Amino acid sequence: MRIDPSKCVACGNCTYVCPMGAIYIDPAIERATVNRDECVECYACYNGLSQEHLNPTLVRTVRKLFKMMRVRFDPEPDVCPTAAFAPEELVWPRVVRRAFSDPRVPHESTGIEGRGTEEVKTNDVSGRVKVGEVGFTVELGRPGVGVWFREIQEMAWELARAGVVFEKKNPITTLMSDASSGTIREDIMNEKVLSAILEIKVPVERTEEIIRLVRDVETRLDTVVALGVATRCDADGEERVVAPVLERLGYKLERAKTNTGLGRITNRANIVPQGEVTAR
Amino acid sequence: MTNTLHRYGDADSFRDDYVVFAMCGRGHNDEGVVPKLRRFLEMALPFKPVNMGDARHGGALRAAKSMNPASHWKRDMRPDFQTVIQGLDTVTTAAAVFDNRVAAEDFLKTVKAADLGLSVNISTSIDGAEQCCHVADACRHSVGYSLGFEGRTEHLPNEDVLKLATMCGHGMVSASFAKKMVDWVKEGRRTPAEAATYMTRFCSCGVFNPSRATRILEEARMRQK
Repeated sequence: MRIDPSKCVACGNCTYVCPMGAIYIDPAIERATVNRDECVECYACYNGLSQEHLNPTLVRTVRKLFKMMRVRFDPEPDVCPTAAFAPEELVWPRVVRRAFSDPRVPHESTGIEGRGTEEVKTNDVSGRVKVGEVGFTVELGRPGVGVWFREIQEMAWELARAGVVFEKKNPITTLMSDASSGTIREDIMNEKVLSAILEIKVPVERTEEIIRLVRDVETRLDTVVALGVATRCDADGEERVVAPVLERLGYKLERAKTNTGLGRITNRANIVPQGEVTAR
Repeated sequence: MTNTLHRYGDADSFRDDYVVFAMCGRGHNDEGVVPKLRRFLEMALPFKPVNMGDARHGGALRAAKSMNPASHWKRDMRPDFQTVIQGLDTVTTAAAVFDNRVAAEDFLKTVKAADLGLSVNISTSIDGAEQCCHVADACRHSVGYSLGFEGRTEHLPNEDVLKLATMCGHGMVSASFAKKMVDWVKEGRRTPAEAATYMTRFCSCGVFNPSRATRILEEARMRQK
């Protein structure tokens, strides 16, 4: 993302709305400027700010007059008065930033907007996490801190050393040159994204081991991690296996995402006619 | 996406936060899904959602790409649900947000009766979701727990700001902007409802809860006194 200096009036609204704090008013040019190293191409500024199309010269003059009179200008805080944002044509590897940071851009690998996958949200039709399994989403950089791929790499390597298998339909996995070792392609190591999710599943007995491993790696990274743990419920809708493990590890379980089990396979090719025997 | 899972707060702070969303599994139930997703959102309307949206086009409050300067003094702060429903034109996730449990329960009952075949999830406190499923006679299939935030948590802002900013799990509501809105409310420059509306416009999928945000901002203001 760049800001057109011929349009910017340095109102400062955009400096607050950047999730990475990458926009600042450059005193040398008196215009808002994007720190390209920190910008993750999330487009929060471009998509989130309403845009007016005022004459920049007129706005600058009015602002100068107000400033001289020590009058506080009180504009709407979510508006760019001159539509100064100018999206760039992104090329590899920088385009990876947007793929993982702008939620409106679907990943080609998963078809899902944002940086994640279906996880257990469609488990009632996909059977992704089965009875006796636990699915982990290790989301690095969230909330609002961001993460470099070199940090994601460190976590991925450690998880791979523990012998876990990465979810194939996950955007990070598609960027691995060797998924068995958790090695992510080298040319994106210096790219920063808003957050990224490593997704694995393990037998329920390994729940504690994986959590301790993630906690250990966290101490070596300069970012935050949001950990999600998913599992199947019993036939009566209760979950009696994983929650006790998590509570024993000191987690106070407050919030969850619950799949209500209302999904069913409706694609005609996948429906097995009643009475037909299937080998699957 | 885990865009509704990791909201910051204790279970009680989600008493006015129920996100019900529908999606399909690729290759399983994605044929002819667009009308079903629209129907899902239409069914939410009688239960007075506080927001709704789809992951591709945004929520019921959106940024204007060509704003009239005069609108500074008369800005439309009402959610536009019909634009969301009519604009849903592709396979995506559709979400409706409610600020009370009864509405979420009744909506889930209606969705179950409609038998759309979509995967439907509730994101709220664990007990809140259990009760919704119980009332709607839906048997929980799977559950994904949030274990909160770990690692270098010293990078994170204060609790009020974190509660507000994490209501957009995609991170489109920045901590700096949420803090600015808390400060503006404390200064009396904007009402909590106005400040909540500004933040809602940044959410790109319509799951930001302006009702809960208004309450959090009000509580932050009152605590100052």
